[in-house]
Amino acid sequence: MAKKIKLDDKTQAFQKLVEDLCGQNTAKCDQCGTCSGGCPFVEDMDITPAELMRKVMLGQEDVLESETMWICATCNTCTVRCPRKLDVSKIAEALRQIRLRNEIDQLDIGKISREEIKELPQIALIAALRKLSS
Amino acid sequence: MKIPYFPGCSLKTYASGFEKSAIAAGKALDIELVELPRWNCCGVVSSLTKDDLMHHLAPVRNLMRLSDMKTSGLADEDKRLLVLCSMCMNTFKRTNLKVRENSEDLATLNDFMYLEEAKYDGSVDIVHFLELLKEYGFDKISESVNTSLAGLKVAPYYGCMLIRPKEVGIDDAEEPTIFENLISSLGAEPVSWHAKNQCCGSYLTVNKQDTVIKLTRRILDNAQQEKADVIVTSCPLCAFNLDSRQALLQETNPGFEPIPVLYFTQLMAIAFGLDAATYGFEKNKVDPMPLLNKKVFI
Amino acid sequence: MSIEKKMVTVYIMGEPQQVPEGSTIIMAWEYAGFQLKKGIGCREGFCGACATVYREKGDYKLKGGLACQTVVTDGMSLVQIPFVPSEKPQYDLKNLEPNIDTFKELFPTIFRCVACNTCTKACPQDIKVMDYIQQLKRGDIAAAADTSFDCIRCGLCALRCPADIVQFNAATLAQRLYGKYLALRSPELENRLKEIDDGKFDAEIAELNNMGHDDLVTKYYSRQIKIK
Repeated sequence: MAKKIKLDDKTQAFQKLVEDLCGQNTAKCDQCGTCSGGCPFVEDMDITPAELMRKVMLGQEDVLESETMWICATCNTCTVRCPRKLDVSKIAEALRQIRLRNEIDQLDIGKISREEIKELPQIALIAALRKLSS
Repeated sequence: MKIPYFPGCSLKTYASGFEKSAIAAGKALDIELVELPRWNCCGVVSSLTKDDLMHHLAPVRNLMRLSDMKTSGLADEDKRLLVLCSMCMNTFKRTNLKVRENSEDLATLNDFMYLEEAKYDGSVDIVHFLELLKEYGFDKISESVNTSLAGLKVAPYYGCMLIRPKEVGIDDAEEPTIFENLISSLGAEPVSWHAKNQCCGSYLTVNKQDTVIKLTRRILDNAQQEKADVIVTSCPLCAFNLDSRQALLQETNPGFEPIPVLYFTQLMAIAFGLDAATYGFEKNKVDPMPLLNKKVFI
Repeated sequence: MSIEKKMVTVYIMGEPQQVPEGSTIIMAWEYAGFQLKKGIGCREGFCGACATVYREKGDYKLKGGLACQTVVTDGMSLVQIPFVPSEKPQYDLKNLEPNIDTFKELFPTIFRCVACNTCTKACPQDIKVMDYIQQLKRGDIAAAADTSFDCIRCGLCALRCPADIVQFNAATLAQRLYGKYLALRSPELENRLKEIDDGKFDAEIAELNNMGHDDLVTKYYSRQIKIK
């Protein structure tokens, strides 16, 4: 007999917030781990993309403390491989947005040294500022 | 053929060799790239949350400004916008998807940009230069080859934005071939390698250099294992990570042999035998000339 | 028969005030009894000190203007912006190069622009502010200097920017770089300066210095002006 996991109001609210932002039904995730297997960044992450998915499915808000969504650079490898056709990169984006909309930035452009910033192409700066600062 | 063309910020600065060679190579095929008047930066990365429309403004604003390019005689068409940069292409295409599927969002964006002379109706298609070349015909491209690239082993680097996600990719997301077909049509030898669609680390080059170095190392090592002479790309950010970041790699790995990274249009300009000034190698960090002198300009 | 003065109601910081129709916003403030010490300057539209934001009756748009140049309308709601806090990097023009790297170093926030065009809408000088930020993003400093030429640094663009860019300071740098490094030099001027340095006119200047007042006056009025 199938066992139902019931989320309490708080966890349900968080799960709904993420799903509303990314437009994905996270309950579809089978936890097969294909996303983690193909992720080129996985070894630098504190939790794998599959673990991140699990936390979102269960509405665990501490997923926001994870580094994973900030290391994800939206390469979309997980997205094209997910057998359940979940857009995992959109879920990572939703988590980033929740943080950024509370003005919790990951990048302070003023803190990069002048020498370093001169070296960086504007394509990298623009992308990083959009993804990592509010 | 005069086609509207969006350069993007990089092609006007550190990736100027990409634009220079693309315009020259296009000309050799009778394709004239007509720069979009009053364009703005596309934003590089797409906004992926449903409610964030702000970051779709930039792409839509550009798409609005195509509207009178045909009637004014600037270009032969106004329903296709040619792009060279993979990231611009991806951003434009994802915005197009968004507004085509959500008419209310498009209306909000149009309403917000009331100062623009035209409204956007979602009807402009984004075409990457590689797609246009495929349409032109790779067999026909071979006819324009004047300099033999025989024996030059070229590793085609797709990266991410050209092929992922599937809705915007120009080819198969796992086994793309469009680059290989172009390289073959130019008379060079495409290298088969597995890192061709692995991420270079993208914008993390700003705040997580170590991660980027690790990823680029894997890509460059794989190219060299497969005996590639040169890597070609269509993304100025990949080019930066793969080419400019080799200096950092060399610092930490004294035995590392540099490998040149070219834009595919630079390879075209060479194959077509165009004037060397059109190659635009000034901004390439790993100088490709020693290799080319050995293998091509003999 | 006296001419009847028509009055309109404007809301200055929320308080209704009766002021003569046709007044500028500055005149309205003063008519209502305020004495402005900040947020006021030349009164001629040149200095950029009197930035103001207002809404007109029946219009949802928040508009920007110069208080000395904007005429009040009935039902207008307004406030002065005496100062816009802004980041102002220190630089020595001599040590800068007129290229994109300079802007990456000194104004990295321009790369946060989302092309929303709010700055352009806010500009009382009708400058295409967003366009020059875009021009700077691709390193076209000459174009940005030209586009931003009429800027009087009132600060309204920076105040409304959702990306926290300080457009007007970036414009100043673009104009300075253009003037120092990119503007065409006049060879005639360079030649003349060299002639002066080489002493070509020393004798004539010495002669003028040694002349008395009356002789100078005579010489001045009998001078011949060559017009090409």
